[in-house]
Amino acid sequence: MYEFVSGPLALISFAIFFVGIIIRIVWYVKGLDWQLDRVAYSEKLGAGIKGAARSLFHWLLPLNRTTANHPVFMAVTYLFHICLVLTPIFLMAHVVLIEESWNISWVTLPDKVADYMTLAVIAAGIFFLIRRLTDPNVKILTTASDYIVLAIALAPFITGYIAYHQWELGAGYKFWLIIHILCGEIMLIAIPFTKLSHFVLSFCSRIQLGMDYGIKRGGTKGRGIAW
Amino acid sequence: MAQEAKNQDLPPLVTRKAVKTKKELDLLLGDKGARYYKEMEVFPVDTAALKKTLDATCKSRLRTWLEICAHCSLCADSCFFYLANDNDPKQIPSYKIKSTLGELVKRKGNVDTKFMINCMDTAWGKCTCCNRCGMYCPHGIDMGVMFGYLRGLCFSQGFVPHEMKIGSCMHWLYNAQMDVTVEDYVETCEWMAEENEEYYPGLEIPVDKVGADIMYVVNAREPKHYPQDLAEAAILFHLAGESWTVPSKGWEGTSLAMFAGDWACCKQQVEGVYAAMERLKVKRYVGTECGHQHRATITEGPYWAGRKSGEPPAPGLHYVEWVLEALETGKLKLDPAKKIKEPVTLQDPCNYVRNHGLTDVTRKIMSYIAEDFREMSPNREHNFCCGGGGGMNGIGRYREERNIGLKVKREQILATGAKFVVSACHNCWDAIRDLEEVYKIGIKWSFLKPILLEMVIVPDHLKPKEE
Ligand code: HEM
Ligand code: SF4
Ligand code: SF4
Repeated sequence: MYEFVSGPLALISFAIFFVGIIIRIVWYVKGLDWQLDRVAYSEKLGAGIKGAARSLFHWLLPLNRTTANHPVFMAVTYLFHICLVLTPIFLMAHVVLIEESWNISWVTLPDKVADYMTLAVIAAGIFFLIRRLTDPNVKILTTASDYIVLAIALAPFITGYIAYHQWELGAGYKFWLIIHILCGEIMLIAIPFTKLSHFVLSFCSRIQLGMDYGIKRGGTKGRGIAW
Repeated sequence: MAQEAKNQDLPPLVTRKAVKTKKELDLLLGDKGARYYKEMEVFPVDTAALKKTLDATCKSRLRTWLEICAHCSLCADSCFFYLANDNDPKQIPSYKIKSTLGELVKRKGNVDTKFMINCMDTAWGKCTCCNRCGMYCPHGIDMGVMFGYLRGLCFSQGFVPHEMKIGSCMHWLYNAQMDVTVEDYVETCEWMAEENEEYYPGLEIPVDKVGADIMYVVNAREPKHYPQDLAEAAILFHLAGESWTVPSKGWEGTSLAMFAGDWACCKQQVEGVYAAMERLKVKRYVGTECGHQHRATITEGPYWAGRKSGEPPAPGLHYVEWVLEALETGKLKLDPAKKIKEPVTLQDPCNYVRNHGLTDVTRKIMSYIAEDFREMSPNREHNFCCGGGGGMNGIGRYREERNIGLKVKREQILATGAKFVVSACHNCWDAIRDLEEVYKIGIKWSFLKPILLEMVIVPDHLKPKEE
């Protein structure tokens, strides 16, 4: 079982993930239409790139009014995302696995740090969950899929934490390890097909809106979109 | 029974097609909306056509926005309707678009009449397309853009507010938002020039002067209801020594068709103005103190007209840009002693500020005319909609919603302590006037032209000769 989930199934999930997100990006870009969107994407590419860069810069860093207006939520979401993306990529155990298979490796996080980062993801996830259940503004927007997506995103971290600490929880290390790998694979596969596609589409959207402001909405007269 | 039979004989008011004849227009004008909305309640949705339109025009940008919305509610407090309605979750931009366009896309156009009426009531009654929310969404989701798109879908199905249907019809018939013909317009120009020539010798309103530096374009309300505005513009151009002209055909810069979502009409409207620019070979376009005139003709217009560059045939200026240039180059000189002494605040219109970046321009103008200028908060690109944008001022069905929405602007103005609001936009001007009417907070409001005219120094050679 372990061989199967960590071998062929892992390869398949990575393949679906990569091919999937590439297809989504290509589909996104091909669907842009200068006349329907009313943005001269290619004619004013220079202004567009400037606007896109500003848009990304102000949001990859917490330099926007939403962060100023909602500091707690935004701090949690930045932390959540940073830990969520970095932990699996730089986790020692993951890098070792990859080195064994493909003979490539990169820097790793100390286990202790990775452990805290995992906890941060889980804690942030619980914060999102509580907010969804209690805040009337979030409640009215929430659909079942929001919970499912949150669960898909958190599951690898929760199960990874259990496996790393070798908690038995009535099943044993091997079991939790397999479940952890499966959860990770489910997440990878879910990314192109669910709202988690925002992994890449959020960048697409930010770039598009940045171009819109840079090209048409004042980028050539004022500051473009101002944060 | 007899009444019903009679109604059935009348031609329908609600139609999927744009109304383009005088006869149909008169019918619409003859109804105050009662029969119109009643008919709408049973007007069927052409789901096949809706699906076709969605397939052809709802592309990756919009679909991605609908799909990736995190349902996080961070956009809630960016919308003035949410704030004005005591943080009603039903006013969250994301909720408003998800429950209308989102559902429509999900159901692939397979929706019923009631659904479409709700779409209409949301797209026009709960959103002014001010685009503020888009600046606050972490994914960069612009609900204002999506509501604009939804308006187009609603229009194509006949679910459009009465006044917006009339508005688009006016543009089809008169190339103007009101029933002002080219002859009416030219006559008004002549009349205004004559009327004021006595005080400003040599004053003219040159019509169709080929090769002028500036082509000045107005809002039909000016010739129709405020011809004095036209005279003021003429006097200021005259005093500044500008070479300018107004076109006969193509004189109107606004587009209610844009608010209505009648894209074909938007194209026709703006092409008329562009044709005038080309016919008169002018160097620049200057549009009057109207926000959506600028948005429709300069910012969005090039795309409707199929201009790949995204630019109109001649560079387009908003009136405030011309004013600042005239002040900075000394073409217009103001008497500093006449600066407004009392506290003054400034309304930033969404259409040329958030959506075209003209923020510093108006502030620099304020430094010439006001001694005690007070910023609203928030301001510039972050300013709230006046409360009457996107056609909202003109729609009777949403008067109540509009008046509630005005509360946000009321609080913003009150917080400045100023009792005088400068508004270089017709829509904002109207909203602020109505705000005073509804809430009586004791404010005055004004366009720039009358203020400038009060302060401008008339060069000696342009003064009337003493007899
Ligand atoms: C690195 C690129 C990513 C960017 C720029 C990004 C951006 C965002 C943004 C802007 C939000 C909305 C605000 C919020 O609710 O926090 C969000 C929410 C969320 N993201 Fe990401 N994200 C990225 C990657 C990911 C990945 C890889 C996952 C998981 C597989 C993920 C899972 C989530 C979840 C679950 C939420 C919703 C939180 C809630 O329930 O409110 N994100 N993301
Ligand atoms: S802020 Fe953006 S992602 Fe969050 S609910 Fe609003 S539209 Fe959706
Ligand atoms: S565009 Fe303006 S009015 Fe419409 S939902 Fe967004 S903030 Fe509200």
